[in-house]
Order: sequence, then C-alpha cells, then structure tokens
Amino acid sequence: MELFGIGLTLIMLFVGFGFMVGVLFGFFGMGGSFLVTPALLVMGYPARVAVGSGMAFVFGTAVIATLKHHDLGQVDYKLGGLMIVGTSVGIEVGRIGVFYLEELGLASGVIGVTYVLLLGAIGLFVTYNALNSDGEDDSGGGHHEAATEEIDPDDIPDIAKKIQSYRVPPMMTIAGGIQVSLWMILGVAFATGLLSGFLGVGGGFIRMPAMFYLIGVPVPVAVGTDLFEIVFSGGIGAFLYGMEGGVDLSIVAPLLAGSAFGARIGSAATGIVNEGDIKIYFGLMLLGGSIAVAFRQAGDYLGMEVLSTVSFALIMLSALLVSGAVIYSTIKAMRAESKTAATVAE
Amino acid sequence: MIDFAALSPAVQAGVLVGAVLVEAVVLYVGYGALEQVAAPPVIETIKNA
Repeated sequence: MELFGIGLTLIMLFVGFGFMVGVLFGFFGMGGSFLVTPALLVMGYPARVAVGSGMAFVFGTAVIATLKHHDLGQVDYKLGGLMIVGTSVGIEVGRIGVFYLEELGLASGVIGVTYVLLLGAIGLFVTYNALNSDGEDDSGGGHHEAATEEIDPDDIPDIAKKIQSYRVPPMMTIAGGIQVSLWMILGVAFATGLLSGFLGVGGGFIRMPAMFYLIGVPVPVAVGTDLFEIVFSGGIGAFLYGMEGGVDLSIVAPLLAGSAFGARIGSAATGIVNEGDIKIYFGLMLLGGSIAVAFRQAGDYLGMEVLSTVSFALIMLSALLVSGAVIYSTIKAMRAESKTAATVAE
Repeated sequence: MIDFAALSPAVQAGVLVGAVLVEAVVLYVGYGALEQVAAPPVIETIKNA
C-alpha cells in the first residue's frame, strides 16, 4: 500500500524513527541531524536529499520542542538572539575553512577525524563528569527550574565560575541570574558556530554543553535556548537545500509526525528526570555517535560497505537505547515520586 | 491551479519550509490537545502500576 508516493511500511519506519529522535531532541536539545542524515544516506537517498530533508526535519522538530520549552519557561531569548549572531559568523568562517580544505583535497578526511575526535572527547568528558558527580546533584526532584529563577552556586561548574570571574564589560544577566560578559557569549557562539559550519551539523551537541560548562546556563535553559537557535539555523539550511530540490516532504512529514510526539515526551522528561541522569545519557549518546561515524569513515576509506551498515546499526541502536533509557527513567522517577507522596501521607 | 514546478526555486523552497512549519505547529497543537485528554489517565496508570 502506498501513501504520498511511498510505501506504508516505510512511512511507519519513518514515524518510529522520528519518535526516537524526537525523544532525544526534546530531552537533550540535539541529536537530529547526526542521527537522521546518516540513516537516510544508508537507506540510499542522494546526499543532497539526505542532508536537505534532515535539515527540514530538524527545523520542524526544533519549532515543536522550542514551543514546549517556551511553555516550561526554559528559553532565554536574549541569550538565544546573541548566540544566533555569534554562531552565524562562526558558521561562515567554518564554511570558508571547508572550501579551502576541499581545494587541497583534504576536506573529507580532516572533517571525519575532527568529528570523531570531538564527539568522542565531549562524550567522554560529559560521561566522566556525570559519573563523578553521581549522587551529588541527585536532587531527585528533577531540574526544571525556570529561566528566571536563581540557581545554587554549587550547581555552577568550576570552569564556568573561572570563566565568569573574567569580567570584561559590557556584562549582562542571563538565565539563573548569572552575570556574564557579552564577549564571552559571542566568543562561545562564534567558536561553536565555527565547529558546526566546519563539520556541517546543527551543532547542538557542541553548543548545549558549551552553554552549560562555559557560560554556566542551567541545563534545561541551555537545552531550550539551543533549540530556539536551531529553529533559525535549521530553517535557513532547509531553505537553501530546498532551492536545490534537496527537501523531500514524503520523508520529512512522517519523520516529523513521529518526532513531534517523541519531543513532547522528551521535553516533559527534562522536568522529571534528575540532572545527573541527563548528563550521562548525553555522554553515552555522543560516544555511540562517535564510534558510528568512525566506522563510516573507516568503511569509506577501506571501501567496505559492511562498515557503513555497522555504523547505521550503531546509530539506530544508540537512538533506541538512549530514548528507551529516557522513557524508563521518567517512568521510574514518576513512580518513586508517587511512592514518596504515599509514604508522607501515611 | 498553481503549477509548483513552474515557481522560482526560492518560492518553492519557501513553500516547503512553510509547509514544514505549518505541519509542526499543527502537530504541536494537535498533540497538545491529545496530551490534555490522555496524559492524566496515563500518568495515573504509570504511578499506580
């Protein structure tokens, strides 16, 4: 049976995959482009359609997740606006770097290795940090502070405290009542934009931890603000690829239908699951992505198709495991909360 | 009837991005309404399971 020119089985596959990606996207504020685009490539779509449709999908999912985070008071629009400015400049500089490397014939190899090292390094750092702080920020009550609430100084990472101690005017107040230099925000935005332009990805996996660790934005607000920024970068990217015929609505529509539902669950879960859990899932997912990209690079280099298939399986497995873990932790936290309430009532 | 293929690439891209935006908003509102109706009994079931 066919619907809109594609088979019903394929539509169901896209809806299911979209659901998993939506849970991750709503929960972490990232994970769209680096999961969807490689999956579409392995499924046999041309690179232009895979990247363009991936961007259109990321744009749609970011719109939905931002609306949800807005309702929860987890988007800092002032910070987001400044980040968009710095990131746009960084992306342009990154693209120039890619074209230069292409002229030298080094682009593919350098970008691949950078991608693997960066994903792996951030993944290891976040996982290590989450394991070491296990129990310390285990408040058990979630981490759904609103953008306007003051945050506990103990929750601010040391590196952020050190960076925030450099007070180069003009200073501005961001979410959680934190004072930070405008130049620091623009610098972080430029650096993350540079990397995302260089690597050709949305950049949420770099920007989200950068906002948390380097600027000291609370995790839920970092997620919400990052999503707000992705609405713009994804929208512009989808438009540019759409002009070249790279956006296929028969792929985007079912993916979005699944992800809209998943993003709703993922976003709501950020208000239930504790911060330590968020960090460790984030780290593990980045590590999974890093290994998957390494396999794909090795497959391309050695001409072994099987390694690309292994890469695809790793991406799917990592999405399934981590989105499953998010849902499981949410259900567990809700049950624990219910039991605590019952005990107190007795 | 407007021939989509006859439109300029920029307009075609704008229509595509607009369609994704409309779908996203419709899904947000639709799933929001569904959540309001279905979420309380589902949450209750999870808590009592």
